[in-house]
Amino acid sequence: MIALSRRALPLLLALPARAQSSSITIASTTSTEQSGLFSHILPSFRDATGIAARVIAPGTGQALDVGRRGDADVVLVHDRPAEEAFVAAGFGGPRRHVMFNDFVLVGPATDPAAIAGLSDASEALRRIATKRAGFVSRGDRSGTHAAELRLWRLAGLDPTMGRGNWYREVGQGMGPALNTAAAQDAYILSDRGTWIAFRNRQALRILVEGEERLFNQYGVMLVNPARHPHIRAAEGQVFIDWLLSDAGQQAIAGYRIGGEQLFFPNARQPEPVS
Amino acid sequence: MRMPETALPLVARGLGFSAGGTALLREIDLVLEAGPPTLIIGPNGAGKSLLLRLLHGLLQPGAGWVRWQGRAAPRAAMVFQRPVLLRRSVRANAAFPLPLAGIPAADRGLRVAEALALVGLTDLADRPARRLSGGEQQRLALARAAALRPEVLFLDEPCASLDPAATAAAEYIIQTISRQGCKIIMSTHDLGQARRLAGEVIFLHQGRVCEHAAAPQFFQAPSTPQAAAFLNGELLW
Amino acid sequence: MRQQAGRRLDRGRRAGHPATVPDIATALAAAFGLITEGDRAVLSIVTLSLQVSFLAVALAALVGLPLGAFLAVARFPGRRPLIIAGNALMGLPPVVVGLLVYLLLSRSGPLGGWGLLFSPGAMVVAQVVLITPILATLSREVLEGLWEEYGEQLRSFGATPRLAVPTLLWDGRFSLLTVLLAGFGRASAEVGAVMIVGGNIEGHTRVMTTAIALETSKGDLPLALALGMVLMTIVLAVNAAAQLLRDLAQRRQG
Repeated sequence: MIALSRRALPLLLALPARAQSSSITIASTTSTEQSGLFSHILPSFRDATGIAARVIAPGTGQALDVGRRGDADVVLVHDRPAEEAFVAAGFGGPRRHVMFNDFVLVGPATDPAAIAGLSDASEALRRIATKRAGFVSRGDRSGTHAAELRLWRLAGLDPTMGRGNWYREVGQGMGPALNTAAAQDAYILSDRGTWIAFRNRQALRILVEGEERLFNQYGVMLVNPARHPHIRAAEGQVFIDWLLSDAGQQAIAGYRIGGEQLFFPNARQPEPVS
Repeated sequence: MRMPETALPLVARGLGFSAGGTALLREIDLVLEAGPPTLIIGPNGAGKSLLLRLLHGLLQPGAGWVRWQGRAAPRAAMVFQRPVLLRRSVRANAAFPLPLAGIPAADRGLRVAEALALVGLTDLADRPARRLSGGEQQRLALARAAALRPEVLFLDEPCASLDPAATAAAEYIIQTISRQGCKIIMSTHDLGQARRLAGEVIFLHQGRVCEHAAAPQFFQAPSTPQAAAFLNGELLW
Repeated sequence: MRQQAGRRLDRGRRAGHPATVPDIATALAAAFGLITEGDRAVLSIVTLSLQVSFLAVALAALVGLPLGAFLAVARFPGRRPLIIAGNALMGLPPVVVGLLVYLLLSRSGPLGGWGLLFSPGAMVVAQVVLITPILATLSREVLEGLWEEYGEQLRSFGATPRLAVPTLLWDGRFSLLTVLLAGFGRASAEVGAVMIVGGNIEGHTRVMTTAIALETSKGDLPLALALGMVLMTIVLAVNAAAQLLRDLAQRRQG
């Protein structure tokens, strides 16, 4: 009975799935998915290789967890220290850099902390903390959250002092965090791609941008098939190779919203030190 | 009338039943033989329905026992005051208990047809049972019991909610079943019905058997003052 | 095809609203557009939602209804605790179910060999876990009433509790349809569990609720609301159809 159901149940549950000759699962970040990048590039990938790619986008921290558990074939995220730890622990790799965009400091047009136009992100954060102006943090171990925490450290501040008060950790993806900031007229660090695609801005504006510490690099890794034998290593490698090829890099560069480019391919250039 | 292989007599010894500290039946001793109908009569609350349920085995006695002392396995059926009909056709209702009673599939169709003919519901066989009138519903309950061809049929006030015409039809069916050799054990609070149907009478009062006698003897010369008062239409409590 | 569908969704979004204030009238218009245009992406999402929830209800019914009927008729030690547990499990938080099923189906989990995580099958599993207690508890409630009516007669026929179960299920079929609809409603409205175990993969595991969550994340509140209206329309249609069927059958059965 049990032996039967062990065989029959997966079969039955596989019914609603569409027949797919070959497919891979990519664990990625909310920024790549919610900005619409994957919807733009994956059809070209499938046309070129016949491989369908499925994206789950829980954020960098969870995406790396999914890779660690062997539940995805490829991981594409943006938190270099976490990625290097992932590779060093043998969960996957090698890590290749794919593209970058940048983070922007967004806040209400009224700008109570007066940070608009500053060229120093640390100074901007110091002013926000001094004013105890509302700041929404992702608080979800995402790449953007990690980048935000690095910026606070660089500014010599511990924002968790303001926890429960002006520092608000929502524990959600970029979009929901932006929704929260828009509703509360709060400051927030966002990746530019999601910001450009985001449609519920209300009074939010970009206030600080173009600073080198706001650089946002994305890396890609194949999950280690030696640890998880069912990993589709060959197809996953085809995806990584395509992503780093001219075709893939051009597909990334070609994604624009309102004429604005969201991600900048840099697989062929030496990666800047972040 | 007694058939060679029978489960009867049905014997009860020292039967008692109480609920919530109140004794509802006490020290009942009965021997029920094959033969003409046994009518259980008595005022409301005397314990008539309870006694039927104990005899049929739907309830476990608090004291004493009930036993079939014949050699065959008992075949009994019961019809209740309010017919319990399934949400299916008339025919499906009549056929319902047959598989549970182990009747082979090949025999079921004939049994159902005969039973429906007996109660005059052949033409309504495909109707939804719960769409029938009250009288038709009780006739269907009787047909369903008859299809089992039981050796004993328990009837708990089967005509209490029926009009006179429907009561007459039901009594006719009960008499027919009885003539076919089935032992009828039936409760009623209707003295006239008891006079019409009874071969013997069990008179219950306050949870005890007051009298157990052949019908003519009981109705003409009751041996207890309580039975005499009941027959005179006096209120007993 | 998917690219084309994606573009259509995008176009719907652009046509939806240029401003940032959610506008219920705009959402209504967008919802109407999504339905009448037969937008491919939306259509495949709707189809998958229905497939997953219907299959989940069917599987949960296979276990939940007989269990509910058995609890209605049988008397055994441990019945009360079981009933209380069932009542409590009705309020099972979907996220917890999602997490449990995720850990079970993960490649590193005990059922990883099935390879079901991030597939429609995983969503079915999560919904089955979620709604089986609901179906069992509600059907027990409904069938207890029926057993009160049938019990003596069925026991007189010699039916044991186990034999009474199919009779109660068949005779209670009209009331049980409402129970199934309650399960379907819960399954199709649920987002927390299917998000975790399905992964909201476009064209593969994206269902109505996760699509709504995604559009909300993108800040496209009118489109999210429009999808919500489509979902409500579908749930309404399913309920109306079931009710109609029930009325028709009941009128025949009496």
